[in-house]
Amino acid sequence: MTDTPIENIRNFAIIAHIDHGKSTLADRLIQTTGALSAREMTNQVLDSMDLERERGITIKAQTVRLSYRAKNGQTYELNLMDTPGHVDFAYEVSRSLAACEGSLLVVDASQGVEAQTLANVYQAIEAGHEIVPVLNKVDLPAAEPERVRQQIEDVIGLDASDALMISAKTGLNIEGVLEALVHRLPPPKGDPAAPLKALLVDSWYDPYLGVVILVRVKDGRLKRGQKIRMMSTGAAHLVEQVGVFSPKMIPTEDLGPGEIGFITAAIKTVADCNVGDTLTDDRAPAAEALPGFKPSVPVVWCGLYPVDADDFEKLRDSLGKLRLNDASFHYDPETSAALGFGFRCGFLGLLHLEIIQERLSREFDLDLIATAPSVVYRVHRTNGEVAELHNPADMPDGSVIDHIEEPWIKATIMVPDDYLGAILQLCNDRRGEQVDLTYVGNRAMAVYRLPLNEVVFDFYDRLKSVSRGYASFDYAMDGYAPGELVRISILVNNDPVDALSFIAHRAVAEARGRSICAKLKELIPRQLFKIAIQAAIGGRVIARETLSALSKDVTAKCYGGDISRKRKLLEKQKEGKKRMRQFGKVEIPQSAFLAALKMDA
Amino acid sequence: MEPLALYIHWPFCLAKCPYCDFNSHVRDRIDQARFAAALRRELAWEAARLGRRRLGSIFFGGGTPSLMEPATVAALIDDAVRWFDPVAGMEITLEANPTSVEAERFAGFRAAGVNRVSVGVQSLDPAALGFLGRQHSADQAVAALELARRVFPRVSFDLIYARPGQTEAAWRAELRTALALAADHLSLYQLTIEPGTKFATLAARGEIVLPEGDAAAALYEATAEEAGTFGLAPYEVSNYARPGAESRHNLSYWRYEDYAGIGPGAHGRVTVDGALRATRRHRAPEVWAELVERHGHGTVEETPVVPAEAAREALLMGLRLGEGVDAARFARRTGMALDAALDLAMVEAAVDAGYLVREPGRLAATDAGRLRLDALLAAIVA
Repeated sequence: MTDTPIENIRNFAIIAHIDHGKSTLADRLIQTTGALSAREMTNQVLDSMDLERERGITIKAQTVRLSYRAKNGQTYELNLMDTPGHVDFAYEVSRSLAACEGSLLVVDASQGVEAQTLANVYQAIEAGHEIVPVLNKVDLPAAEPERVRQQIEDVIGLDASDALMISAKTGLNIEGVLEALVHRLPPPKGDPAAPLKALLVDSWYDPYLGVVILVRVKDGRLKRGQKIRMMSTGAAHLVEQVGVFSPKMIPTEDLGPGEIGFITAAIKTVADCNVGDTLTDDRAPAAEALPGFKPSVPVVWCGLYPVDADDFEKLRDSLGKLRLNDASFHYDPETSAALGFGFRCGFLGLLHLEIIQERLSREFDLDLIATAPSVVYRVHRTNGEVAELHNPADMPDGSVIDHIEEPWIKATIMVPDDYLGAILQLCNDRRGEQVDLTYVGNRAMAVYRLPLNEVVFDFYDRLKSVSRGYASFDYAMDGYAPGELVRISILVNNDPVDALSFIAHRAVAEARGRSICAKLKELIPRQLFKIAIQAAIGGRVIARETLSALSKDVTAKCYGGDISRKRKLLEKQKEGKKRMRQFGKVEIPQSAFLAALKMDA
Repeated sequence: MEPLALYIHWPFCLAKCPYCDFNSHVRDRIDQARFAAALRRELAWEAARLGRRRLGSIFFGGGTPSLMEPATVAALIDDAVRWFDPVAGMEITLEANPTSVEAERFAGFRAAGVNRVSVGVQSLDPAALGFLGRQHSADQAVAALELARRVFPRVSFDLIYARPGQTEAAWRAELRTALALAADHLSLYQLTIEPGTKFATLAARGEIVLPEGDAAAALYEATAEEAGTFGLAPYEVSNYARPGAESRHNLSYWRYEDYAGIGPGAHGRVTVDGALRATRRHRAPEVWAELVERHGHGTVEETPVVPAEAAREALLMGLRLGEGVDAARFARRTGMALDAALDLAMVEAAVDAGYLVREPGRLAATDAGRLRLDALLAAIVA
C-alpha cells in the first residue's frame, strides 16, 4: 500500500493506431515523471520483446506507475496500462481497459482516425472510460489538427474541443497530458473494508519468479502472505510477493482499492491464470466475481510442422515454453501424410498466429511449415451430433453431414473515397453483407459482416492492394451461421496432399481451387516427370493444371577429368532431395509449401 | 581387362578463353624441354606400376597440345608404345587449334604418329569467334580443317552453340556449313557457364543470358536433326559420328574403362593390384613439374573407388552413350549389380515416361532421357 489516497490515483490506458505514437508518448511520460533515468531509457520501454519493439505492437499488457507532482502542488499516482493493440487480443484489451477509469485517445494529426482506433475507443467507451483526445505529431508539416479534431467528433462522437495538441517525439505539451490525466480523469472507487476483489489483467512467466500476475484491486486489500483464490477455478495460492512497476518491479506490503500492481504466488504456468478472472481472499471470499470473465478460445487453427523432421521434439519443447507465457494459444500433436509429425495449433487470430510462428523461428531457431489457416466450423451430423472442426483433413464424409456452421465477423473498414468501390467489390466477393456505410469527409467507413474463413484467405493482402495500402481494417467475432461449405482437396499426380486441403464456400470453391492449382504450378519447379496438379471436391475434379517436364538438363561436356566432380554433384543432389517432400515421383520443395500456404497479415 | 586409355595433358594456351574452366595456363615463355621431360618421366612412372598392358588409345588434350613441339609428341608416343602393347591401329588423337602456327605443325604431328585430330573450331561466325575469345578467324578455321583432312586419316572438330541471342535458324545455317566441312565426327557442345570463368562473371552481372529450358531443348533437337541428315548420329550427348568413327579414347571414359592421366591436373581411373583407384595430379604446371622431377610423378591424390562410387560413376558416364550401360560389364567393373545401383521404382517410371529403355542385360537412355540426363540420374541412382 502506498501513502497515496485513492482520490490521488489515476488509472489510464492509451488508445492509438499502430504508428500513431502510443509507445513514444508512453516513453515520454515515463521520462518526464522521472520513473527511469536517462541512462535506463531505451526506446519503447514497455514493449520488452524484440518482436513487439520491431513491429510496434504490444502483445502483453504492461503497466507502469508514475509519480506526478501536479501544478496544484499535490502528488498523484498515475498508473499507465499499456494494452495489446490488436483485434486478436480484443478480450485482453477489454480486461486491461476494465482495470482503468480513463483513456488517452492518441490520433496522428496527419493520418486521422483509423479502423483499429475506432474498435478500441468503442471498447473504452463501453468500459465507462473518460476519454481525453490527444492529437499527436502536430509539429509535422502534414499535420491537420483541425480536420482530425472534427473527424474525432464526427466519427466517434466525442467532444474534441479540448483535444490536446502534442508532439510525443519533441516533448511538446507532455505536461498538458499529465495535467489532463489529473483533472479530467476520475479517481478509482473501491471499498478497502470489503472482501478482496482483484481483476487478473494479465500474467507472464518469469524464469526467476515463476508466474507474475498483473492485477487491479477493486475492493479490499491484497497482501503478502495472504491465501488467495481464483474464482473461475477455485484454485488457491499463497501470495509470496506484492509490488508495483516503476517500470522496475518494486515490492510493497499490499495493494489497496484502485491500485494496479503485481503478485507472485508460486504458480507454475500462466495457463492457471485466466485473464479476466477475479482473485479473492480464500478465507473471506467475495460473494460474486467481477463481471465480464470468459475463457480464451482459439479462433484460427493451423498445423505447424518442422521443415526438418528431426526438429519435432525441439518444436514440442519450444511450444511448451511459449505456452508458459501465452495461455491463449493451444497445441496438440497431429500427423500429416505430406508433412509428417507436427502440431495443430489454435490462435486468437491471424496476427497471433503470425507472432507465434515468428517467435518460434526467431527465438527457437526453428524452420517451420504452416498449413493453411482454418477457422473453427461446427459440423452438425445427421444423427444430431455437433462437433467442432478445426482441421479440414478431419471433415467427415458428406453423407453424414446435415449442415455446417461457420464463424462470422463484423468488420469495420475505413478507406479514402477513391478506393471505396474496390473495397465494396472485395467484400461482396468474399460473401460480405453490408451493415453500414458512412462518410467522414473524404473517408468512407464500411461496416460488413463477413465469414471469417474468407478473411483468413488472403483478405488483408487484397484489401491492401486494392486500396494501395490506404484502407484500415478491424473486426470482432459475430456469431455462427450455416454455410454451404465444402472441402477442397489438392492432388499432385493423383495423390492428395493433406496439408494443402482447405474448406471454402461452394460458390467460391472452384475459383479458389483454380487459383491454388495455378499458384502451385508456378511454385513447383519443373521436374523430370510431368506433374498433374488438381483440386477436387469429393471425387469431382474442379481444377487442373499440368506442369510439363523440364525440357533440358544435361551437362554438355563430361570426360575423364570431370567424373569425380560429377559424381560428387550427383551425391549432393541426392542429399538435397531428402529436404524435399516426396509425393510419388514428385518433389515439392519447402519453399513451394510455404508460399502456397502463406497467408498475409 | 579392356585396353588402357592414355591421356596426356599439355596445360598451356596462347590465351584463356572466357568460357573455359579446363586446366589451362598462359605463360610468356614455356620451357618445352622441361615439360616434355616431365611428361615422359611421369608416363614412365605410371607405366612401371601398371605393368605391361594393352594400350587402346592415346589422347593429347589441354590446354592446347598443338602448341607442343612435334618432337615431344613423337617422344611420348614412342615411350607409350615401348611401355605398353598397343592394339592394332591404335587411335592417337591430338587436340589442335586452327591458327596458322599450329596448322604448320600438322605434318610433324602426323609423322610423330598422330592419326586423329580434334580441331577447336568452336564457330564459323566471325562475331561469335570474337565473343568466345578465340585466336583464329573463320577463314583460318576452314583452311586448317581442309589441311587436317589432307594430313590426318581422321578429323573431328568442336563447335559451341546456344550462344547468347543465337536463334535456331542461325544455328542450323552455321551447322550446315560446318557439316559440309566435316569428315565423320563432330563434337557439338551447348555453351555452359562454368564457375570461375569470365563468362560466369558476365552472367552473374546479367550481361550475358543463355538460351534456357525449351529454347535450349529446341537447339539441341535441331542439332541432332541437322547432324542426322549428314549421317552423323549422336552416340554421346554432345558427340556425333558415322558408325565406326566414334572416338575410341572417349568411349573408354564413357564406358568407364581404365584410363591413365599424365600431366598437370590430369585425372585417372586405373586398376592397381586388382583394385580401382582414382588419381589426380597437381594442377599448377610448375609445381607438378617439380613434383615429377623430385618423385617421378605429380600425384596429389590417389584414393580407392568403392563399389557404390564406381557404380555411380559408371552410370553417370554410361548413360551419356546411346548404347547405354551393359549390365554384365557394369557388375564386373564396379563390383555391384546394375539393379542394386538403381532405384527400380524410379527406373520403371522413367521407362514409362520414355526416358529409359531396359533390354535384357542393358540399360540405356533414350534421346529424351539424355536431354534430361542430370535430372534423370538424380532420380534413378539409388
